Amino acid sequence: MVEKISLHVNGKLRTVNVDDADTPLLYVLRDELKLNNPHFGCGLAQCGACMVLVNGTPTRSCVLPISRVGDSKITTLDGLGTPDMPHPVQQAFIDEQAFFCGYCLNGWVMTAAAFLKKHPRATDAQIREAFAGLKCRCGSHMSILRAVKRLTEVA
Amino acid sequence: MTNPHRPQFTLSRRQALFAGGALVVAYLARAPDTDAATNAGAEVKPALTPPELDSWVAVKPDSSVVGYFGKVDIGLGIQVAIAQIIADELDVGFDQVSIVMGDTAATLNQGGASGSTGLELGGVSMRNAAAQARSILLGMAAEKLKSPVEALDVTDGVVSVRGAIGRRVSYGELIGGRYFDVQLQWNGKIGNDLLVGGTAALKNHAQYRVVGKSAPRADIRNKLLGREVYNTDIRVSGMLHGRMIRPPVAGAVPVNVDQAALSHLPDVQVVWSHGLLGVVAAKEWNAVKAARDLRVEWSSPAAAFPAQSGLYEAIEAATSVAKGGPAPVGDTEAALARASKVVSATYHWPFQSHASMGPACALADVQADHATIWTGDQKPHYIRDGVAALLELPPEKVHGIWLRGPGSYGRNDGGDAALDAAYLSKAVGKPVRVQGMRADGTAWDPKGPASVHHVRAGLDASGQVVALSYRSKAFSRENIASHPDDPTQSLTGQLTRMPVKTKHAFDAPEEGYEFANRDMGWEVVPALLDRASPLRTSHLRDPLGPQLNFASESFIDELAFATRTDPVAFRLRYLKDKRGIAVIEAAARQAQWAPRPAGGAKPAGEVLTGRGIAFARRKNTRVAVIAEVEVNRRTGRIWPRHWTVAHDCGLIVNPDNLRRVIEGNILHATSRALFEEVRFNEHMVTSVDWMSYPILEMRDAPEKIDIVLIDHPDDLPLGAGEPATRPVAAAIANAVFDATGIRLRQAPLSAERVKAVFLQTASNDLE
Repeated sequence: MVEKISLHVNGKLRTVNVDDADTPLLYVLRDELKLNNPHFGCGLAQCGACMVLVNGTPTRSCVLPISRVGDSKITTLDGLGTPDMPHPVQQAFIDEQAFFCGYCLNGWVMTAAAFLKKHPRATDAQIREAFAGLKCRCGSHMSILRAVKRLTEVA
Repeated sequence: MTNPHRPQFTLSRRQALFAGGALVVAYLARAPDTDAATNAGAEVKPALTPPELDSWVAVKPDSSVVGYFGKVDIGLGIQVAIAQIIADELDVGFDQVSIVMGDTAATLNQGGASGSTGLELGGVSMRNAAAQARSILLGMAAEKLKSPVEALDVTDGVVSVRGAIGRRVSYGELIGGRYFDVQLQWNGKIGNDLLVGGTAALKNHAQYRVVGKSAPRADIRNKLLGREVYNTDIRVSGMLHGRMIRPPVAGAVPVNVDQAALSHLPDVQVVWSHGLLGVVAAKEWNAVKAARDLRVEWSSPAAAFPAQSGLYEAIEAATSVAKGGPAPVGDTEAALARASKVVSATYHWPFQSHASMGPACALADVQADHATIWTGDQKPHYIRDGVAALLELPPEKVHGIWLRGPGSYGRNDGGDAALDAAYLSKAVGKPVRVQGMRADGTAWDPKGPASVHHVRAGLDASGQVVALSYRSKAFSRENIASHPDDPTQSLTGQLTRMPVKTKHAFDAPEEGYEFANRDMGWEVVPALLDRASPLRTSHLRDPLGPQLNFASESFIDELAFATRTDPVAFRLRYLKDKRGIAVIEAAARQAQWAPRPAGGAKPAGEVLTGRGIAFARRKNTRVAVIAEVEVNRRTGRIWPRHWTVAHDCGLIVNPDNLRRVIEGNILHATSRALFEEVRFNEHMVTSVDWMSYPILEMRDAPEKIDIVLIDHPDDLPLGAGEPATRPVAAAIANAVFDATGIRLRQAPLSAERVKAVFLQTASNDLE
């Protein structure tokens, strides 16, 4: 049965038609709202390519049923900053020319944005721990670390 | 007045050097235009063929330049280097150049991303075309400004008469929006070997201003801002979503398909042809559910595979179907028989998966007499050809449109996705977007081949190596072709009973140590299952390089140890190649390598540290790496903490980007060396996701990668996309030996394996 669902996404209230309350948020964001930045990587919450913030918490949208989203505020990469005013994490990664194919980057960027808010002076060990469970197949890890340390090591 | 673009039927030395004999013979498939000046400025774009200069480069009214590159960027940023080369050869600013890639209606087939040839091969034609365009533009400017060409200068696409302020004309004014309509010389080839050349003199590298600088990548910014359009993001009107249902057991085919279980899902169509089974639905999630819920009764084929624990025994026992290798030097067997001492070792390398970050995706819109295919595959022109062959359409009736996809490293699941999408679209008469689920990218992608390597060396009484025998026995590098242009080489074709065709080939190490007698050969064994096998092999980043080098460079260390020689000194003793020697010396210097016989220390304590070196040559690129590792004897964990890399890939076009490319190679290869092994049982691949096919995580990333770039302004740019992958596994194994005295000869060097080896060989050392 088709159901109308309202979603708070990137500061806007959006309405979508969903015919299955179990539909993962990822498919709703991509196919219904055309917010393409979260990617399908595994559908199993094992890689992070589909990462969004739900009330500020990094969340894997590929396994989050739309019925569980409710009034939560969803932020995708697209809502993190704007081309004129990129989020500092986006800017740090741009400055560091991080990533190769970039298909994984929602995981790293959204996680970094949430993590650095709480731990602006995180150590190398804390950063590595914060990124546990995220995958990057092309091996961008060194530039990711450098980008994050641009922010944590600011004088 | 001189006519600067009057063809001269000579090749510059560089072109001749690059091209080799084949080019000179095949050259002039079409004679160059003898009166180009009258054509330049044509209003109609000539057909997209290799000899047409307009197939390569265009000048817009604002003097900006478009380069049409027939390869694609799968993540390493090749398009930036191409733009830099064009900027310098055409005398325009870097920001004035944009690169179009991978659209089969706009670019020629330069082979796609393939074999680290982006600059080494693909860049040469781009450079030649840009130089020819400049020469023609200068000729036009000379006429317009009534000045000899020799008196003209060009800056940012504006031509001016030297010493005469005001006498100037821009490229845009000369030809902007119109066409050169000039013929280049073409060697008659397509793909990686396609080469065009003009008559214009190329610049000396010393004149380059943009090449050699670290220009940034525009795509990185787009990606970070969520603005990059990936191939997974394409939707067209009326599009349906498809998912494939692969056999649960290798070799199985559906014998009965029951759609009743799908009655709860609206508008699902099932497409079934022999072994090929897919579902199509309007909503993507419904396609996912339909693929999950469809009730299929499968055939029960006999076990296709050995137990995984018996893989290498199965390779050893198999009858080879092909043999090969470079010509032997001397009489290796006789020298081994005469040797005072023979050292031997056997190494093993597993099947590995691309496991691309996302399973492959493609969108096909098949009409009665033409088709469009959107693909993220790294060889879009061959995708076009494969789709055309599947649909029995002429290639020119299929438009391939490439957009960036999840990174791939050779032939991943992208070819299968494209042909599956075309098959489904034709079957249902609508555009169909297919994206795999995780297992389609991990269990069902083509695999890098498993291999066994037997190496023996003979030493004389003085400890000199007099002979080396290196024998690989392995699955083919290409059970299915590395190009996706033939449907028989795809799951789509193999599951719909197309004939099975396969190629038997392997390779030998390339380091080039000059032992007096040497014999490096290979044997290929048949595929375990010849049709639609989840263990079918094809190209995976630096195809065969990691496994061959793991054995050869580990063994060099074993020889150094056997002769109580420092591993760096040992390599330098037998290597005569100057550029190879230079990278080894540079790495050793940078790492402050302390000469010592390898692996002297007796293990003590829980965490041990050691250093290991390995050298690799991949075609003309040379790399030496030194790994400093920590080995935890209790957990078995190996952590390469610090790398030193010395890298020579000829002329360096973009140093910062090259550094990142090298880092990516080190990380990807470390993942393969330490963690990656496709798991399977007698019936099926059981590596289906990131839990069952673990890869490197952030905790395993090194603390530092120290890179020494050796620039060769006297050379052409050589390959860099893969060479640094090659020596990584051996360097780690050599460092582990240095740390522990234990030699690991089977990849991956996983924690379980390390622990097991410690238990076996040193059970009481931890007391």
